Amino acid sequence: MYKYDTYDQAAVDARVAEFRDQVERRLSGALSEDQFKPLRLMNGLYLQLHAYMLRVAIPYGTLDSRQMRMLAHVARTYDRGYGHFTTRQNIQYNWIKLEDAPDILAELATVEMHAIQTSGNCIRNISSDQYAGAAADEVTDPRPWAELLRQWSSFHPEFSYLPRKFKIAVIAAGEDRAAMRLHDIGIEIVERDGQHGARVFVGGGMGRTPMIAPEIRDFVPLADLLSYLEACLRVYNRYGRRDNMYKARIKILVHEIGAADYARQVEEEFAHVKALGIDLPAAEFERIAAFFAPPAFETGLSETIDRSDPDFALWLDQNVKPHKAPGYAIVNISLKPVGGIPGDASAEQIDVMADLAERYSFGEARVTHAQNIVLPHVRKADLYAVWQALAEAGLAEANLDLISDIIACPGLDYCSLANARSIPLAQKIATRFADPARQRELGELKLKISGCINACGHHHAGHIGILGVDKKGTENYQLSFGGSGAEDVSLGKITGPGFDEDGVVDAIERATDLYLARREAGERFVDTYRRLGMEPFKEAIYG
Amino acid sequence: MADDLLRLRDDEAHDEPAVTLDSFLGQSNATAVRLEAGEDARALLPHLERLALVEVSFPSFRDGRGYSAARILREAGYTGELRAEGDVLVDQIAHMRRCGFDSFAPAAPIDEAAMARMLAIQPHVYQCAADDRAPIWKLRHG
Ligand code: SF4
Repeated sequence: MYKYDTYDQAAVDARVAEFRDQVERRLSGALSEDQFKPLRLMNGLYLQLHAYMLRVAIPYGTLDSRQMRMLAHVARTYDRGYGHFTTRQNIQYNWIKLEDAPDILAELATVEMHAIQTSGNCIRNISSDQYAGAAADEVTDPRPWAELLRQWSSFHPEFSYLPRKFKIAVIAAGEDRAAMRLHDIGIEIVERDGQHGARVFVGGGMGRTPMIAPEIRDFVPLADLLSYLEACLRVYNRYGRRDNMYKARIKILVHEIGAADYARQVEEEFAHVKALGIDLPAAEFERIAAFFAPPAFETGLSETIDRSDPDFALWLDQNVKPHKAPGYAIVNISLKPVGGIPGDASAEQIDVMADLAERYSFGEARVTHAQNIVLPHVRKADLYAVWQALAEAGLAEANLDLISDIIACPGLDYCSLANARSIPLAQKIATRFADPARQRELGELKLKISGCINACGHHHAGHIGILGVDKKGTENYQLSFGGSGAEDVSLGKITGPGFDEDGVVDAIERATDLYLARREAGERFVDTYRRLGMEPFKEAIYG
Repeated sequence: MADDLLRLRDDEAHDEPAVTLDSFLGQSNATAVRLEAGEDARALLPHLERLALVEVSFPSFRDGRGYSAARILREAGYTGELRAEGDVLVDQIAHMRRCGFDSFAPAAPIDEAAMARMLAIQPHVYQCAADDRAPIWKLRHG
C-alpha cells in the first residue's frame, strides 16, 4: 500500500488547517453559506436533510487495518456508531456537526486519510478494481496509476472549478469490476509491445442522461499520461457548459460534438501540453509502484479447503474468489444482510474487519463500488476461521452478486435531493427474496436502486434497475432491465409505467419467475432478457 | 474599483481601459483586453506582444473557465498583467495565482489577512502549472 512521505503528509495537514480557518470564518459569519458551500464540498461535507454528512476518501478503495480502525473511531465518536460505504468506494457519516469537522479531518490525517475532493465540481476520488493486486486476470496492478492520478488531481489549480464533478476510474483487467466506462474518464491499462499504456475512454456517466464512454485513444504511454489527461480536461473546461447544470457533464460535450471531434481537439491540445514538461519522470512512477509490490505470499500452501460445514461451503461458493497466488483466495464481505441498510457497518463491525485484515490479509482491505468489503489476500487454510469470525459479527451473508446484494443510494431517508426512499425498498426486496436457496437459484442478478435521477445507486447499470420518481407528490418507482456496469456494459431500459413500493417488488418477482421459466443453460437473468427482449417481460409484469 | 485592485506585480498599473475581445481583434492599437468567461483565450495568441493587460471575467466564482484561459495565455508566453475580475474570493486566489493571474479586481473587498494565510497554506504543490513552483515529484527526485 502507498505510504505518505513528508510531502504528502504536509499537504493533508495543510488542508486541515485551511479548512479549520474556513469553518471558523463560516461560524463567525465572514463567509456566507453560498461562499462556504464549495469549500466544504471540496472537503466532503454536505448539508443533508437532518445534519451534515462527511464523505471520507478511500483512494481507489484500498485501506489498511489502522485506517479502518480510525473509521470505526470516527463512527463511534462523531456519528451515531455507523459508517456507510458508498458506490464511489468511499465512506460517509450521516450525523456530523460542522464544528467537529476540522477535528475529524485532523484525526483522519494521522492515519494518512482525508476528505479532499470527495465532492464538489472537481476531480473526485479515483476509483479502481477492488481485486487489484490479487486478481488472476490483471495485466498489472492498476493502483500505482490511480495513486499517481490522485496526486496529480489533488488541489489541481486549473480543474478545481469544473462545470461539474469529474470521476476517473482505472482498471487493468479484462473483467471490469469498477464500471470503468460509466466514468467521465475510464482508463484501462493494457500491454503493447511489452509496454503498459492507457486505453482512454471519455464521456461516460449515469445521472439523468446515462452514457457509455467511447474510446478516445487506444494507447497512451505512461510517460504522456498526465499531459494527455490535462488535454482531456482542458478541452472540457474550456467548452463545458455552465448555463445548464444538467448539460454540464463531459458526456454531454462528447456526445454533442462527437467522440471523433472531441478526440481531435484533445490531440491538438495534447501536442501543445506535452511540450510543457508536466509529465512525471519514470523514477516517480517506480517510487509509487514499489509501494504496491505484492506482499510476501507464502509458497507451498495447501489448496484444499474443508467444506464439511454446509453453511461455510455456501459462503465459500458465493463470496470467495480465486486469487493469483497459489494457496490464497479473495474474500468478499457482504454488507447486505437481509433487512439491513446496504453498505452500512457499525463501528464494531468495522473493527472486526480491521482485525481480520490484520490477521489474515496482510493488513489490507478494499471497498467495492457494490458497497461491500474485500479481504484481498487470505490463505485458503484460514478461510474457515475468517468465516466464523464474520458470522459472529453478522457479516457472513453469502449473497455476493445475488438479488439481495443490492446497491442502494441513501434516498429520501437522508438525501435532500431524493424523490423516493431507497433503503426501505431494498429491505423489502431482500426480504421477499430472503430464502438463500431461491437467491442462488436465480443466480447473478445485480439490482440497483437510486432515489432520484442523479443515479447515485447506479440504477442504469443494474440488471434490474429501480429509479425513484415523484408522481404527484407520492413516491413512485420506475423499473428497468438490461443494464450492466461490467465489461458487458449496457444501459437499462425502462419497462413501462411505474409502481408503488409493493408493486415494484411484485413486478420483480414476476420478471424473475419468467426468467426461471424461460432461461437456457448457463444464462443469467440479464442474458435471458437480452435474448428475449423486453416484450415477454412486459407481458409478465403488466399482464 | 481601482481601490480594490490587488496587484502582485512590480510594474506600473496599466491605465488604458480594457476593450472587448471583438473590438480588440478589430482594432490594431489596443493594448488591454477583457475576456468574458465564454470567450476563447486562444484568439489572443497571435497578438500577445502588444498586450499589456488581459482581464478575465469571473461572473461567478463557480465558473472556472478563466483558470484555463489564464494558463493558455501564460503557456503561450504572455508576460503582461493578467487580471481576474468579478466574483473573485479569498479561497480561490491561490489557484488563480498558480494559473498565472497576477492581479485581482474583486467585486467585493477581500480580507487581505485571510488572503495572505490562504496563499501561504500549502507548502508544496503536486503538479506543474503556470507558476514556477516545483511540483512535489520534482522535489522528491532532486
Ligand atoms: S440518487 Fe438522488 S436520492 Fe439517491 S443519493 Fe443520489 S441524489 Fe440522493
